[in-house]
Amino acid sequence: MSFSLSDDQQQLAESVNRFLTDKYAFDQRVRIRAGEGGWSRQIWAQFAELGWLALPIAEDHGGLGGSSVDLALMMEGFGRALLVEPYISTIVLGAETVARADPERAADLLPAIAEGQKLLALAHGEPTSRFDQHRVAATATRDGEGWRLDGTKAVVLHGDCADTVIVTARTSGEVADRDGISLFLVPSDAAGLTRRAYPTIDGLQGADISLDGVTLGPEALLGPVGDGGAVIEAVLDRACVAVSAEAVGAMAATVDLTTDYLKTRTQFGKPLASFQVLQHRAVEMLSEAEFARALCYRSAGAMDTATGPARSRAASAIKAEVGRAGKQVGEEAVQLHGGMGMTEEMAVGHYFKRLRLIDVSFGNAAHHLRRFQALG
Amino acid sequence: MEFTLSPQDEAFRQEVRAFLAEKLPADIAEKTASGFRLAKEDHVRWQKILHERGWMAPNWPVEHGGTGWTPMQKHVFDEECALAGAPMVIPFGVTMVAPVIMKFGNDVQKQRFLPRILASDDWWCQGYSEPGSGSDLASLRTKAVRDGDHYIVNGQKTWTTLAQHADWMFTLVRTGDSGKPQQGISFLLIDMTSPGISVHPITTIDGGVEINSVFLEDVRVPVENRVGEEDQGWTYAKYLLGHERTSIAAVGRSKAQLRKLKSIARSELADGRPLIEDSDYARRLAQIELDLLSLESLVLRTLYAESEGRPVGAEPSFLKIKGTQVQQNLTDLLMEAIGPYAAPFQPEAFRDEGWNEAPVGPDYAPALAPLYFNWRKASIYGGSNEIQKNIIAKMVLGL
Repeated sequence: MSFSLSDDQQQLAESVNRFLTDKYAFDQRVRIRAGEGGWSRQIWAQFAELGWLALPIAEDHGGLGGSSVDLALMMEGFGRALLVEPYISTIVLGAETVARADPERAADLLPAIAEGQKLLALAHGEPTSRFDQHRVAATATRDGEGWRLDGTKAVVLHGDCADTVIVTARTSGEVADRDGISLFLVPSDAAGLTRRAYPTIDGLQGADISLDGVTLGPEALLGPVGDGGAVIEAVLDRACVAVSAEAVGAMAATVDLTTDYLKTRTQFGKPLASFQVLQHRAVEMLSEAEFARALCYRSAGAMDTATGPARSRAASAIKAEVGRAGKQVGEEAVQLHGGMGMTEEMAVGHYFKRLRLIDVSFGNAAHHLRRFQALG
Repeated sequence: MEFTLSPQDEAFRQEVRAFLAEKLPADIAEKTASGFRLAKEDHVRWQKILHERGWMAPNWPVEHGGTGWTPMQKHVFDEECALAGAPMVIPFGVTMVAPVIMKFGNDVQKQRFLPRILASDDWWCQGYSEPGSGSDLASLRTKAVRDGDHYIVNGQKTWTTLAQHADWMFTLVRTGDSGKPQQGISFLLIDMTSPGISVHPITTIDGGVEINSVFLEDVRVPVENRVGEEDQGWTYAKYLLGHERTSIAAVGRSKAQLRKLKSIARSELADGRPLIEDSDYARRLAQIELDLLSLESLVLRTLYAESEGRPVGAEPSFLKIKGTQVQQNLTDLLMEAIGPYAAPFQPEAFRDEGWNEAPVGPDYAPALAPLYFNWRKASIYGGSNEIQKNIIAKMVLGL
């Protein structure tokens, strides 16, 4: 039951927070982002040692077999620290896709991921697919024993640094069909694969990836031909909950920063905290964060107990909730910080940016509210 | 998203459902579902049925007649009752004054009052607010002066819900004038048949009469009817507020209203199509459903925290604000659903004594606009939503 945490879960949350408070304060994060690649391989190695990369990976695949609630606890901690390492791309999206698409090969492929030796990215979205999970125009055609891939993949999170890119491509059906999507493991240095890398607004890294006649051997196919649609649905449902948990952490940190600011900033001879209109706005921010957290852990629990439409509805519920709430909390935080909230040097604006960018990842609030309703 | 209930909880749900199917009187369920007002007799009849089954007081300790249910069982029970159209249990006795008597009352008071509350033999009302004391409750002025074994009480209480039915009123009165306003308040139990009490109805904007002014003129109250110490009543009143915690969120009731809303929105037409397919209406409906899901999640988290003995902080305030917002948004969409048929004022159509004529417009219409106007009370009572924000600002944010 996701309404009360076990001792182990409490310890996990505490150790994540302790580590990040120590190693990932806002000024340390500024230095990490300025380094090569925009994130820290040293931190990544420490995550591997701590078992945090292995946490959500199944034990059969070299992981620790943590639950979705465990993952959410960790993501909440990452959200508080505004983590920029490629955890979502490699673990939440990459490892999960491999495990669901092809459990047998996952046992070979995922131990290296859990040990921090390899990075993954999921290249699924396309320039015109927006939030439609099944709209895949990229094609995979038979090429002798192997495959030939053509198409364009848009805004691939940490697509710049992944060693292997998991590409969705159509092997049959119409462009928006659920059936006929297949998954391929593509080495990032494959001939015909080009990456246009960029930093994202919220301080992470991304890339647009073109596939122009990329030829691959038969081993590139991940899982059965044409069955990728259901895998992607399940992976993205879990990813929705994971980034929602990150948003819950980011909202909580944003509320803390804003409250502290109200207590210290003086205007008209008294602290801002003494003005009731500002108190009530801070309370509304806190309320948004609290309700989002309560729903988030409920949805996280559902990721392990529900299947099909019930699982998807639980994911859409929390994603719609944090999309709306995150926007409100972020906008209000900047407003309550006044001019200082507009500056690069203050942390608050960085939380705001991450919260807004989480909303446009994997479907925004409007999209998920519609999906929540349609699945009801 | 429904819960995946454990097999035990699912069995419990079936048990509650079977009980309701068998024991909930059809006439009461129909009135509740249609938004009609219930007579005192309806409430008492239903509460006595609950008592007979031993399910009247889920929030009480077992030794006093509680059920010993887990948080999830309590939640399932509330939800099933609301969905079946069972009336809300009137909270003033069983939910509000009883925990205060258990905690601060003496043995005589416990034996005298608790069994009658459990059996719904006494109807209680709450004498807190006064004409000059709304959100600033501690400024209350109703005075109790000691005269031998009695207090002589003079003053006026207002907004007293269903006082017209009440046998007893638990009351905050001023027994001392020194120090802070919160000091010098005592908690008295007053027999409503005492000479000097008069109850005057207040008609609200929906045309209904559920609240009253209660005037007290030289009312003699035996000192033995004071709960706890003299001048310590504020402490007991605060304890009482803490006992409303999660029920004020009214999740089960809102689920029932949502179901009703969907059914009406399916039968009402907008531009020749079912209203529920109108994209703007549908989006607002979906948002309410999502808000209700968040609300329920925090209710459950709070119930679990309580049952595990973890401290509960400002959750009741969060739940009060969000719960009443959800309720009010539901009544808003309900009124909007019937379009121009919100207009006819037909209080006869949903009064408790019944009405034999056909209403103007659809059967479900007459109660909906009054419901909307009536429910504006929710963000005002029980500590207004602004007061709740003050509480959270102080308690959690330290502002």
